[in-house]
Amino acid sequence: MHTVISSPTRTVTIGSDQPFCIIGERINPTGRKKFQEQLRAGDLSMIAVDVEQQVAGGADVLDVNMGVPLTDEAELMRKAVVMVQSITDLPLCLDSSVIDALEAGLQVYQGKALVNSITAEDERADAVLPLVKRYGAAIIALTNDEFGIPMDPQERLAMCEKLMSLCERHGVPLEDLVIDPLCMTVGADSEAGKVLFETIHLIKEKHGLNMTIGASNISFGLPNRHAANAAFLPMAMQAGLTSAVMDARTEGIVTAVRAADLMLGNDAWGANWIARFRAKQAAEAAANA
Amino acid sequence: MSHEDIIKSLFEETIAGNGPAVLDLTRQGLAEGMSASDLLFEALIPALEEVGARFERGDYFVPEMLIAGKAMSGALEVLRPLLADTGAESIGTFVMGTVKGDVHDIGKNLVNIMLEGAGFTVIDLGVQVAPEKFVNAIKEHQPTIVGMSAFLTTTMPMFKQNIHEITKAGLREQVIIMVGGAPVTQEYADVVGADGYAADASTAVRRAKELIEKRKADAAATGAAL
Repeated sequence: MHTVISSPTRTVTIGSDQPFCIIGERINPTGRKKFQEQLRAGDLSMIAVDVEQQVAGGADVLDVNMGVPLTDEAELMRKAVVMVQSITDLPLCLDSSVIDALEAGLQVYQGKALVNSITAEDERADAVLPLVKRYGAAIIALTNDEFGIPMDPQERLAMCEKLMSLCERHGVPLEDLVIDPLCMTVGADSEAGKVLFETIHLIKEKHGLNMTIGASNISFGLPNRHAANAAFLPMAMQAGLTSAVMDARTEGIVTAVRAADLMLGNDAWGANWIARFRAKQAAEAAANA
Repeated sequence: MSHEDIIKSLFEETIAGNGPAVLDLTRQGLAEGMSASDLLFEALIPALEEVGARFERGDYFVPEMLIAGKAMSGALEVLRPLLADTGAESIGTFVMGTVKGDVHDIGKNLVNIMLEGAGFTVIDLGVQVAPEKFVNAIKEHQPTIVGMSAFLTTTMPMFKQNIHEITKAGLREQVIIMVGGAPVTQEYADVVGADGYAADASTAVRRAKELIEKRKADAAATGAAL
């Protein structure tokens, strides 16, 4: 199963035989007070810094979230998408809980976007999937509904199957469905990692769908998060995860993912691994020159 | 074990989140004639205050706070009926819930722990709490404060809807309403017509106490004017 997303000049393929798709999480004002204030004042300049750092860090796709309360989120999304596409050719993941903002982003997006997200709630799916279909986008779908997040892998699999039928009903092909099996913190529930790995494994075995998660959640509330995240991602990849919305700016985490690509046979002749090493060597040489 | 040693051990074991030891010490204290309110106010509550302070300083992490809260809840189950018998008063009843459409509960649970630790009686309605459920809980539990949590910019508008429903039911005047959650700000709390907002669990407890004091002072002032 290949999920293909694109910008006018670049295509990214998500799949179990592909290098892991790193979706940079940084363009998101949640928990960033200064960024929120800037966005509220119509100042989008911080986004350029976020783009540059994530591109340099090795992101394949950039998530764009403009969730600032008491603002016109649709207008912010529209401006942000145009701006980000003017400075990078990485495909984008349009991330909003506000449906108007998703549509505003899709209207101006050039290429095939990834939309983030729906859940197994009919109401939201019935509003968002027609947009996904109309704009020829791909969709991230979370395995929870209005009644909550199941902690049993089989129940999450059932949610995944409901999402598949919702896509079918709206004519969105399964190639364009990326399941989010829900990453919750091991800081609040020690079983959260185990449940997630089992869910990923089940969905991969049964349906072979592409999957992504909000990977940084795994270590919420804990110290030394970078090390925990770097250990976690290769484990999730081994279970069958093919993408993550994640920290693309921390070298140790991105390197762990690229090492796992190599171990899982998704980096022929170590070409990406070696290229990454050379790029780092060159950057260091340039810095010392 | 002397009473003093029991208090000291209970304090330390609660901070360490050692549930079985906390339960044993609580039972032992009672068996040796200590009062439920001494165990609560001299050991459990100070312990939770210390846990909250450590968390606020960044010395304690989420699992440590959750497990300390759990240890305290275990002891409270034993103490609560005794406290009710002796008429030891809770400083207020706090009805808490994550709003409809939202399943995030870690922040809410941390606030609950700190509130219980401060001597509030907490009624946790869980996640995905619909407006009518808040209304019914106010009728049933007659709380001093209602707390609402939201983690998403799309679920935050539920604050306003909940407050509207509470007002419509004629219950707005009898409760203090507090709101919180990652994207929530003081400005937003003001816009939706809440009485209070706090950015973190420790501040929430301080703010809750302040709001209760203020209400008492206002009531006294009104009473004096009459």
